[in-house]
Formats: sequence, structure tokens, C-alpha cells
Amino acid sequence: MNWTAVASIYRFEMARFFRTLTQSFLSPVMSTSLYFVVFGAAIGSRIDQVEGIDYGAFIVPGLIMLSVMTQAISNASFGIYFPKFIGTIYELLSAPINFLEIVLGYVGAAATKALFIGVVILATASLFVDLTIAHPFAMVLFLLLTCLSFALLGFIIGIWAGNFEQLQLVPLMIVTPLVFLGGSFYSISMLPPIWQKITLFNPVVYLISGFRWAFFDTADVPVGLSLLAIGGFTTLCLAVIWWIFKTGWRIRS
Amino acid sequence: MPAILSIRDLRKSYANAFEALKGVNLDIEEGEILALLGPNGAGKTTLISTVCGIITPTSGTVTVGGHDIIEDFRAARSLIGLVPQEINLEPFETVWNTVRFSRGLFGKSRNDALLEDILRKLSLWDKRNNKIMELSGGMKRRVLIAKALSHEPRVLFLDEPTAGVDVELRKDMWNIVAELKASGVTIILTTHYIEEAESIADRVGVIADGQLLLVEQKDQLMTRMGKKQLEVQLTTPVAVLPDALAHHDLQLVNGGDALIYTYDTRGERTGITALLNDVAQAGLVLADVQTRQSSLEDIFVDLVSGDAS
Repeated sequence: MNWTAVASIYRFEMARFFRTLTQSFLSPVMSTSLYFVVFGAAIGSRIDQVEGIDYGAFIVPGLIMLSVMTQAISNASFGIYFPKFIGTIYELLSAPINFLEIVLGYVGAAATKALFIGVVILATASLFVDLTIAHPFAMVLFLLLTCLSFALLGFIIGIWAGNFEQLQLVPLMIVTPLVFLGGSFYSISMLPPIWQKITLFNPVVYLISGFRWAFFDTADVPVGLSLLAIGGFTTLCLAVIWWIFKTGWRIRS
Repeated sequence: MPAILSIRDLRKSYANAFEALKGVNLDIEEGEILALLGPNGAGKTTLISTVCGIITPTSGTVTVGGHDIIEDFRAARSLIGLVPQEINLEPFETVWNTVRFSRGLFGKSRNDALLEDILRKLSLWDKRNNKIMELSGGMKRRVLIAKALSHEPRVLFLDEPTAGVDVELRKDMWNIVAELKASGVTIILTTHYIEEAESIADRVGVIADGQLLLVEQKDQLMTRMGKKQLEVQLTTPVAVLPDALAHHDLQLVNGGDALIYTYDTRGERTGITALLNDVAQAGLVLADVQTRQSSLEDIFVDLVSGDAS
């Protein structure tokens, strides 16, 4: 393994993040605060409790997941798409590094940025609601796995994208609806029976359910199934990336 | 001496059946400077990109320092530095970080003293904290060179390094190339400036239509393929060539002011003595005599247009 190269890519990508630190920090704080004003105070005061949990606290795991998933995707996809766009990818392709090292550098940096955003949102949320975390280790594990797996997905999108519109397409048209419909702001037990069954085809349900279990010890689906889902998703993304580098799809002619 | 770069029957075809490389064979010895000349679309950049790992070859083998570029890509690529034709740089990053990134990407440990030395030689040291986007085109090209040198390559590819740069940078570039050669670095450069190849290359390769037409020592090539011209200026202009000179390959130029005689340096006899005797016998008086040798550019044009003998 060329660890020096991995560290170089990671450092170079993180530098981009630190150049816009104020923006990176303020943006999630602002949006989280707005969610709490709207859902926590305005609407939440009328909803009272969901599955025995204050509504303001109930939405915290979903809110973190929403930001972490979209941030992991956008950071990783931009990270690898930008060198393609400006042509600096020639250096990655001609360097003595393999696909795993490239992925570790880019995906590692994107996952770190998403993790940072997740932690900032958690800290902001704790200012608005009383939070107790039932399974802290499981919470960290779910958070890390989500950051990693969605950064991998973002990396694939960045390789696939041929222009900036395509770069936005998957997060906007697929991921955001799946997260909103995946129980970020409600328990799936609140849905009509037929929708409860349909929603089980949404993979994000398993992630949010598992993450919420780590907070409140209550889940829509068994926690083992949640872990299996995120593990399977990570493996699938890794397999696709391995195939991309083996065939040179969209990166090497 | 074993070749540091060895290319055997290298072919590259694209999905649209276009064949960019048609069986290229080339050996490059350690420490030499090879200039690769060819018209646009000849396959120069494809050849370089394939050796560097940016393009996957359809068939054939390439070894760098004895390492296959596919089977043993890490060892092969760690020996290579590439200065691409296009100015591809991260615009928001500083010069220093960009160059440092390149060194790290090639697995080399941090060496600030070396990077400082490179940046100073390229007149970039004062700009080290500037963002790339703040630099002029010539400065950006220097950054590309600094990036390639940052990981201490043994084989350096310069793809049109002086295209569109000012005279000063071109002079700096040539000095750096001379210095690198002195330290044993092998250099392969493509260029449109044939005088560049003429002044710094040890050998010259001519590529056209995906095929290497020839690779030869520059001096030998110019001796072998170079033609010479003798220009005889007359004191009194003549309207037509006298009959006594008709059997010589002569052109009357400048309104009858001068005669041009083209001869082959490879020939056993140049025919100059006979010509000058015949000129004197025809009653023409010489004002001046001078010779001119064809440049590498003339040879190159002859080769790619298929006139080479």
C-alpha cells in the first residue's frame, strides 16, 4: 500500500473543506436550527410524542442522517468529478497508486467531512432538545458506516457524471426523496398498512431505523436487519468501484 | 547499455476503429534526450499517455527500467514524470500545496528543501503561496514542470512543454533540461519547434499516422538526409542559362543574379568543381559563393510528406 499517496489525497481534499470552513460549519447549524423551529416548535408542539419520544427529539436521528447522506454524496462526487472536469486526473492515473488507494483518499476525506457535519448537527440539536443516547457505540458505528457507504456512492456518481447537472441528479432525484420517505420525520408505523409494506423497499428506512434505535432503543425494523442492509450497501458500492477501475469505465480510455 | 524505456509493437485502437498507434517499436537509452516530432494527430500524445498509464494499450508491451507498465505498474510509474500538453491544475490551491501533493502522490516522503530548490529554479519560489488561478499561463506551465520534477523521475516526458510560452521560459526550460540530462535523467519531448529538437536532442524520432517513421541520432540524420545548396552570385545578371551549364542541376534566381546548385552530401562527388569550371568557361564572373544546409525542419517536412529517399 502507498499510504503516503493516500494521505496526500486525503490532505488535499480536506484542504478544500477547510478553505470554506465557515460555510461548511454555518450551513448545517443554520438548517438544523430552522428544522427545529419549524418541526420542533411550530409543528412539534401539536404532535406531542411519537412512540413515547418527544417529537423534537424523535426527528434528530433522521435529521442527522439526511445531512450526512447528502453531504457524503456531494463531497465524494465533487471530489473525484472535479479532477475529471479540470483534467488533473491525469496525475492520479499516471501515479504509482491502485484503485483502493485512490478510493481511500477521496472517500475517506468525504466521509470525514460528512462525519463533521453529523457531529455539528448533533451538537446543535442538543441545544434545542434533551437527548440521551441509549447505545452510544452503535450510534457511532451507524454514523461511520453511513458516512462511508454514501461517500462510496458519491464516488461512483462522480465517476459516472459527465457534467455538473448529472452530478446533482442522483442526490436530488433519488437520495433526497428516499431519505424524506424513509422515516426521517415520522415512524413508519404511522403510515397506512399498504405503505408500511411498500416503504420496506426503501433501503434508507433500515439506516434511519437502526440509527434511531441507537438513540432511543426503539426501531421500525430489527436492528440486525439495519446492519445487514448498510453492510450489503457498502459491499455493493465497493464492488462497483472495483469494476470501474478494472475496466477504466469513464476514467481511462 | 540496456534501454531504460522499451516499447514493443505497441498498438492502440479505439471503439470507433480509429488506430492511433500502429505497432510502435522504440528503445530509449538512459540519460539521452529524444525529441519526438510529428504533425498534429500523429500519435505523439497517445504514445506518451500509454507509457504513463493514462491510456490502456490494445496490445504490445512497454517496460520502464525493466518493469512492465501493467504487470509492475507501481515500479514503472514511480520512475516516470509527465508534463502534459494541456495546463491542467487545481485553480483554488496554492503552488506549494499543488507541488507537495504531486510528490506525496508518488509515495515520496516530504522534502521541503528539494521542492524549494525546484521552485527557485523555475522562478516560482516567490509565488509559492499564490493560488494557481492567480498565475499567468507561463507560470502555470512552470508549475506543471515543478509537479513532474517534485517526485524525482528518472524518465521525464515533456509533451509540447514550450508551446505558447515566452522566450524566457523556453530558455529556462532548456537550462533545466540540460541540468536534468547531466544528472542522468532520460528525457522524451514532443515539440512543434523543430529548432528546439535541433538544439537539445541527442536523437530524433519522427512519428506520423501512428507509426514511427524513423529514430536516428540527430547529427547522423542531418548528415544522411540533409541536402546542401550552393549559391553562386554573378557580377552581371544573365537572362537564360548558358548551354555549357545545361547539364548541371541549376536554377536561375533573383532575376538572373544568382545560380542555385543543389547537391547531395551523401554522394561520392558533389560536382562542385566541375560546375565552377563550367561557369568560368561560360564566361560568367563570380561575385560571391555561399553554401546552405537543409535544417531538421526541411528533413521533417520531407519525411512526413513521404518524399524521403
